[in-house]
Amino acid sequence: MTSVALLGQILDHANRADPYPLYAELRRTPVVRDESGPYLVSTYWEIHSLLHDPRVSSDVRNLAPEARTVAGTYDPDLPPSFIRLDPPDHDRLRRLIMRTYGPPHTPRRVYDLRGEISGIVSGLIDRFQGRDRIDLVEDFSYPFPVTVICRLLGVPPEDEQRFHGWADTVATAIEPPSGTPEEQQAHREAVRDARHQLAAYLSGLIEQRRRAPRDDMISGLATEHGTDESPMSLPEMLSNLTTLLIAGHETTVNIITNGMLTLLRHPDALKQLREDPDLIFPLVEEVLRFEPPVQLLPERTTLDDIEIGGITIPKGASLWLVPASGNRDPQRFPEPDRFLPDRPDNQHFGFGSGIHNCIGSPLARLEAQAALTELVRRLDNPRLVEDPPPYRRNAVLRGPRHLAIGYDGIKR
Amino acid sequence: MALDGSLERLRREGHIVVVGASLAGLRAAETLREEGFTGTLTMIGDEPYEPYDRPPLSKQVLLGLVPVDQTALPRRRAIDARWRLGVAATALDMAAKRVALADDTSVEYDRLLIATGVRSRPWPNELEAGLDGVFVLRTTDDAARLVHRLRAGPRRVLVIGAGFTGSEIASVCRERELPVTVAERGPAPLVGALGGVIGEVAAELQHQHGVDLRCGVMVTGLDGDGAGRLRRAHFSDGDTLDVEVAVVALGATRNTEWLAGSGLAAGPRGIACDAGCRAFDVRGIVCDDVFVAGDVARSPHPLFGYQFLSLEHWGNAVAQAEVAAHNMISPGERRRPHLWTPYFWSAQFGVNIKSVGVPNMADQILVSQGSLSEHRFTAAYGYQGRVIAAVTFDQAKWLEFYQRQIERAAPFPLPFTTVDRRTEGMRPVPAGFPDPSVPSHGPEVTVSGHSPTDQRVTFTPA
Amino acid sequence: MRVVVDLNRCQGYAQCAFLAPDVFAMHGEEALLYDAEPDDARRTDVLRAVAACPVRAITVEGAGGRWTADRVGASNGA
Repeated sequence: MTSVALLGQILDHANRADPYPLYAELRRTPVVRDESGPYLVSTYWEIHSLLHDPRVSSDVRNLAPEARTVAGTYDPDLPPSFIRLDPPDHDRLRRLIMRTYGPPHTPRRVYDLRGEISGIVSGLIDRFQGRDRIDLVEDFSYPFPVTVICRLLGVPPEDEQRFHGWADTVATAIEPPSGTPEEQQAHREAVRDARHQLAAYLSGLIEQRRRAPRDDMISGLATEHGTDESPMSLPEMLSNLTTLLIAGHETTVNIITNGMLTLLRHPDALKQLREDPDLIFPLVEEVLRFEPPVQLLPERTTLDDIEIGGITIPKGASLWLVPASGNRDPQRFPEPDRFLPDRPDNQHFGFGSGIHNCIGSPLARLEAQAALTELVRRLDNPRLVEDPPPYRRNAVLRGPRHLAIGYDGIKR
Repeated sequence: MALDGSLERLRREGHIVVVGASLAGLRAAETLREEGFTGTLTMIGDEPYEPYDRPPLSKQVLLGLVPVDQTALPRRRAIDARWRLGVAATALDMAAKRVALADDTSVEYDRLLIATGVRSRPWPNELEAGLDGVFVLRTTDDAARLVHRLRAGPRRVLVIGAGFTGSEIASVCRERELPVTVAERGPAPLVGALGGVIGEVAAELQHQHGVDLRCGVMVTGLDGDGAGRLRRAHFSDGDTLDVEVAVVALGATRNTEWLAGSGLAAGPRGIACDAGCRAFDVRGIVCDDVFVAGDVARSPHPLFGYQFLSLEHWGNAVAQAEVAAHNMISPGERRRPHLWTPYFWSAQFGVNIKSVGVPNMADQILVSQGSLSEHRFTAAYGYQGRVIAAVTFDQAKWLEFYQRQIERAAPFPLPFTTVDRRTEGMRPVPAGFPDPSVPSHGPEVTVSGHSPTDQRVTFTPA
Repeated sequence: MRVVVDLNRCQGYAQCAFLAPDVFAMHGEEALLYDAEPDDARRTDVLRAVAACPVRAITVEGAGGRWTADRVGASNGA
């Protein structure tokens, strides 16, 4: 059987700015074993099929110890969050979150945030006045989603700064380890520290909300009763809230930054959007296809032999799906390397697919739509200062670390 | 383009007539225009409304969430048709290529598409069927009458037949907090379509939601008062029940009567057509200029041994209409077969039920994910050692995996493990379909053998 | 506006119910009910829902936007 040595190159920070040629090379063998161990799946239909295959487990406990490169950084003191579990545990936790987050029980939670979202966007852009250059990441994409998620969860505004700091550190745990063994050790300790502080803070907040519930998600989770299944325990709440926080934080940053970067690289699309604001809805979907915020879905496990793409993946293998590659598969998307803001039939993997599809996607969509619409409307003659921009280390949650944008002025 | 002269003429200036102005008819018309047909297009429909969507009628419309006359189907494109609405087709003269209409006019065609669908099977006793308070539910007019009556708050509703439509109506009644009795001749609700194992779950749902479910009984008579209003129902077990509303949900019959004597292979099971949607005549020879699509069609399916299938399925109507329309204006080598895998959904008692394949061909069933008792599960159906169908209760995201197993004729029971496998998923059990010689309340998929002129009305799954 | 959802394609991702809650509603965890002729005031919400549907199951007429004219429901077997 053939194998490739591409995963190392994909994870190599030197290739972060443009991993797409590597993905194209990977697609020559849709399902292939990497020399480092895991099986890589890079073509659209094969990824799609495995995302809906009940023989594929996301449960971290099914993973062979030597395959836990990313999962190794998870907090051993807390139970796995729903994204690292299989049904029925996954389904139970996701249902409990949905009760206080979305339809059918709380259908307007996200919808009713539109006003706040637009207020936060305007406020951040107002601060661009009197300058001729911003770092979109620091000045906008980073502070924006964390503020929104604080409102959603019910973190009081006065705690947002502290919360932001822990969230930043905890989120770095999702990166595959890098650096010297000493640096890795120090990183792990920093993450553990931040996790513990975050957990202590959340425990306090949960207790407060249990006594005096408000209209927010933490109150919902803390007071949930009367369902036909057991409510979340405190450790489950801490584990799942941390996941929601990281996911809501780290991915939306990338959607917005990748979106703006892509628009500035495609002036025709930017002009089209200015003339037809409704274009934002399919355009955000195309950003999600073209530069997805989650590039790789690492460390799923086969519960049985699976025949796919001409080979048999053996039971117990570690799977790395590459949705960012599936999104560029010419067998699925005509002219996959072109950015077409109104691309028809755009069933991308920007938010995954199947039972583990991104729970935050409706919120992320509203955030990205509001952000890109206002940035494009208000920035006068925006342009990239540096292309490609510097990228964050993370290969899974890929996005620019900074995005310097110059402009002539800020419209009202 | 290798089109011969006559086909080129047809595409440019021919006359295509579509009989049946519902989902299949509309999607066919759009496809014809999409694919470049510029001739005259006539749409004939017996209802006086432009094409509307029917599935909402037994759900959001009956619940009163949306107005009854607001389910018109969106157009995918302009179709520039001559509409003859509110006028039924009454006869077909294939030699003269002419359709006669109820208003004594007629329309000539170069190519004809028949998409006349089905109608509700009425209560067999005409006198009783005419009582004020006895309803069926198929059309928007039916829904308007029924929703009006439900809104008035009847003391009890009787639903006769616990197939999908009957069960959805019962679900709506409970959501409206109306007392409801369901009478089902079979051993459980949905048993004809999904078998006894799943039927038991459906029965549990009904009980849980307060339905007075009576299985294994027939309604033997409906009494009216002096003013012709429904007052009482009689059951085969000797019981009687005071009711003000009875909804007859005994399945559907195909609208093929107007084709009697036309020479087409049309009968109570539908109109036989080939995989390319061309109608068969009574000799078993395909016609070149008459095509069929939607609920009224029965066509051979390669996944099921090329037996003829009739599918009362929304998705089939769309897919078959697209294929029929394409083939009507394409030369032989460009024609496509209709290979749609049966797909179906129903929403009742807050549960989303979906199925793929042909469950009622199965002999065994295996609950491969989840648990029947939790009402959230995926079950696979087996027939002679291969996967033939699957059903999900609130687990729709898994269904397409099972569709692929059906399409590749995977062995049954599925020889592998999955997430969420419980002890009940360790071995298959009999699927529990009722004796096919006893008609149940209209399984929505009917497998009817190999002969295009087969007019049998008993269901034989082999 | 006119709306139809291909409920064979629908897998209950609920994006439409999140983004246009006055037009689309989940009935239980997975079943979808919707208003087939929503008021024009809901236009933006409906456009959001159409674009966000991960399985492209929503067809809308009368909302503008040429990108809404996908041939959804086409016979791809699902």
